[in-house]
Order: sequence, then structure tokens, then C-alpha cells
Amino acid sequence: MSGSDANARDAAGATVALPSIAEIEAGFEMLDGWEERFAYVIDLGRRLPAFPEAARVEANRVHGCQSTVFLTIDLVEASDGGEPRLRARAVSDASIVNGLIAIMLSLFDGRTAAEAQAIDANDVVTRLGLESHLSPTRRNGLHALIDRIDLLTRHAG
Amino acid sequence: MTTSARSTPDPAATHGTPADFDVAALRAEFPILHRTVHDGVPLVYLDNAATKHKPQCVIDAVTDFYTRTNANVHRGLHALGEEATAAYEAARRTVARFLNAPDPRGCIFTSGVTDSLNLVARAWAEPTLQKGDRIVLTTMEHHSNIVPWQMACERTGAEIVVVPVLDDGSLDLDGYAALLDERVKLVSMVYVSNALGTVNPVEQMIAMAKDVGAVTVVDAAQASAHVPIDVQTLGCDFLGMTAHKAYGPTGTGVLWGDVDRLASMRPYRGGGEMIESVSFEGTTYAAPPSRFEAGTPNMAGAIGLARALEWLMAQDRGAILAHERDLAAYGQARLADVDGLRPIGTAAGKSPVFSFLVDWGHAYDIGMVLDRAGIAVRTGHHCTEPLMRRFGVAATMRASCAAYNTREELDALVAGLERARTMLA
Repeated sequence: MSGSDANARDAAGATVALPSIAEIEAGFEMLDGWEERFAYVIDLGRRLPAFPEAARVEANRVHGCQSTVFLTIDLVEASDGGEPRLRARAVSDASIVNGLIAIMLSLFDGRTAAEAQAIDANDVVTRLGLESHLSPTRRNGLHALIDRIDLLTRHAG
Repeated sequence: MTTSARSTPDPAATHGTPADFDVAALRAEFPILHRTVHDGVPLVYLDNAATKHKPQCVIDAVTDFYTRTNANVHRGLHALGEEATAAYEAARRTVARFLNAPDPRGCIFTSGVTDSLNLVARAWAEPTLQKGDRIVLTTMEHHSNIVPWQMACERTGAEIVVVPVLDDGSLDLDGYAALLDERVKLVSMVYVSNALGTVNPVEQMIAMAKDVGAVTVVDAAQASAHVPIDVQTLGCDFLGMTAHKAYGPTGTGVLWGDVDRLASMRPYRGGGEMIESVSFEGTTYAAPPSRFEAGTPNMAGAIGLARALEWLMAQDRGAILAHERDLAAYGQARLADVDGLRPIGTAAGKSPVFSFLVDWGHAYDIGMVLDRAGIAVRTGHHCTEPLMRRFGVAATMRASCAAYNTREELDALVAGLERARTMLA
């Protein structure tokens, strides 16, 4: 996977090696069975952009999770004067959850509010065969991430 | 038998399941055990401390109630009303037989142990306790045996003191003895720990509590399907049990109490059925059990519970207990072979509940991998946060067995953990 997708570029300029969602979908198509898919998801999680230590505070913690998830979501002014873009950062202590977060960041990070509103995360995750992980009963923080993005982008722009 | 098994890690050294215990025949009675998950993977259900599955006879009893009998109890004069009332009161007598209660009127139908404990807290503890009185609980209580007493303390000024848990997950009985004095008015204790599987010496603890004149409450949620229960031998004042953890339906439970004590208590929920007569000037209450069964009860639940208890009593309870102890020893020995696994709760004579952590993976990840392999376990704090804090952990993985589980299923758990380790380590 190349890290060329503009959406995954870190605003601070750090190297972010997350593949695009199209690349992830193509990757999934080549995989056989849940074990390979889980391994791929775990590998994606290892490529998450670093979550700032300073942001690991109670205010950023998602409550009621089976794993510990920290989450920050902002709309960041573009340096070229263009529309503000989403900067989502999240991290979990569980490997599979980190992989799911990586997929969400591939989908949403770097998007404008209007672009984010047009994305159907459920649809993408269903295509990947991971829909059960978005279920609220999983309590893995994915729902909180999607809800927060929705809240931030619904009335913006 | 488990003590000898514990000192010898070789599973083959355990005495094993009695030869006349036919686990395959038992499993055949539980239809859900024969389904598959995730496109054809056989189900290995190891979440029995959360809820147990139901034998066909219990499912039939509930279905039959709605198919043939359904009518409100204690009300209609018509044929169905008579039949429903007879079945409901017969269910109460079955519960009394199961608990060896001297009087069925002491068996109150509730929605479960949580409801049973809230009843004692509201109807006995709150009117009785005063500032400076003490309630003794243990560190391994479920939140349902903590919070109702905290609420009673808020209203009365009584305070809670807590029996410590030792490193192996057993209770510190010396610590318990040290807490007992004339200030202690109530001791409420779990019989079998949902999180650790520890079987507490409740008979001894009740006797010790009685010596200081304390009223005793037993949470038998996990115990009722594991060990035969006899409230007269135990000597407790109240005991709560729940149907769905004893192969019965959800939403039904029992509070057993001495009839005279119950008759001295004020009801805490008002409504239909619990009264003798009502006027706007005042109401006189019915005698127990009706006094504490306001509103239309869970009739199908009570009948399903009775069928489950009849089913349990028809089993060889000694053989089931021996089988479950064999699973406890076997599972503990097998899990000890898993790299980097830390068991939480290894007390002698425990029930087949295994709480553990591993140093190579997160409980959530492992739970996901096990789920794909068809293995159902629980991850989390198991509603026992004080106990988790005692062991310095936020959560554990928990595999818990019922009578229908097998050594092969524990082998599958170990194989699933090895698979997870390959993927996650």
C-alpha cells in the first residue's frame, strides 16, 4: 500500500502511511476468511498516526468502552485559505479497534464538512464485512467517533 | 477432589466426571447448543455466568402456558383463571421444595436477585437500620448486592463495611470475624462469585453473623444451579435466586424469607394483589407472599422457573456438581499452559468460572477472535468493579461453564486462545 492518499496526510506534516479507503477495499477483496481480514485490520491499526500524549486526557476518553479509546476531532483551517478540513485522531489499547479506527480515519480525515456528511460509514464497513463492529453493543468507541464527526460537520461549512 | 487436582497440574490426574454422568444426553435437551454461528461454526457457549440456556422442557412449559392457559392469576373465576392460579401457586410450592423452605408463603416471586435484594433493602433494612448500624458485604459482591445497601445507608445513616478477599480469590474469614460486633445488623454475601467462581463458606459465615445477632442475606444467583440449596441448613434469613441462571426463563426470580419476618415487614411497592382492603382513608396489606407481589406477576416466568427447578431436581445433582468441579480443575490446569496467562481467582473448590488476563493481547481483541471461532466468553468488569480494583485490573476475560459443558469445549477455548496469540502477539 502506498501512503500517497492526500486525505491521510497529517496536518503537522508527520508521515502517515494509511492507505486510502479504495486501497483498503481492494486489499480486503484479496483476503480469504476472517483470520486474514483480522490480520489486515490489525496491520492497519499499526499504521495509525501517532496520538499526541498530551491529548490522552479524561476529556478525550470515550466512556463505556470495552477498550480504552481516546478521541480528538477538529475542523482545521486550511493553510491555502480553502475550506476547513477534518482532523480526526483516535487510539485504542485494543489492536482490532485501532484497525477499525484506521479505516474510519481513511474515510474521514482531511475531508471538508460537506464531504464528511456525504460519507456513509455503515455502507463502507458493511462492504468490508465488518458491520458487526459498528454495532453499539460492541461498545468499542467506533460509534462515538462517527457520532462526533457527524455532530461537528452537520452544521459546519 | 479439586484440592488434589489443584496440587497436581496434570488434568488427567483429576478424578473426572462420574462415569454415569451422560453429558451428551444432557446436551441433547438443549436445542440452542446445536446451532452454529458465523456461517457454520459450532457454538461453544462459555458465558453461562451471564445466563444459561434452557432445556426443551422449560421452553415447552412457557410456550404451553401461553398456548393453553394464559389468564391473570388470583382474579378471574373462569376456568383459565383457575388453571393459571393453580399453576402459579404450584410453581411457588416447587420453589419451596427446591430451597427446602418450610413454608411456600415465604417464597416471593420477584424479577430476579437484583429485585429480591432491593426488596430486602427497602422493606427490611430501611425501616430497621439506624445511624451507627453496620452492614457487612464482601469485596466480591455483584453491584446488585452493593448499590441497594448504599441506598439504604443514604436513607438511614447506617454504614457499609467490607470483608477483604485474599490473593486466591477466597474470602478473608479472619477479616470477616474481625468486622463482626454488635453494630452489625445485616450481613449480605454472595454464595458463588460470578466473576471468580469462588464458593464461599456461607453456612459458617451465617452462623458467625448470627452470633452477633445480625440478619443474613444470601445472593444465590450463581449458586442455585451449581450446589443444592437448603435454606434451613444454611440458616439464613433471606435468600435471593434468579431463574435464568438456573436454566429457567429471564425476568423471574425469588426472594425467600421467614414468613413471620416477612409478615412484620411493610411492603415497598403498592398496587393490585398486595392489599387486603383499600379505601382512600387507608389500606390494609395482604399477608405474604401477596404483600410483596404488587401488580400482575410474571406468570409464565414463574411456571418456567418451576419447570427448570423440577428438571434440576430430577437430575443427579451430585453428579452435576462432580462434573462441574471436574471442569473447574481441568479448565484451570489447561489454561495454566497458555503462555502469559494470569488467572484471577484460584480458590479451592471453586465453580467452573475462569477469569483471566493475558500479557500478549487485549481482552477485546481476544474476545473478537474467540467469537469468530464460535466461542462465547465475556469480557469486562462483570459488574464487580470493587473486586476488579482489588486485583488491580479494569476487566478480565471470563469463561464460565454450566452442567452441559465439556472438557472438549475447554480444549476449544485453549486452542482459540493459542490462535489469538498467533494473531496478536
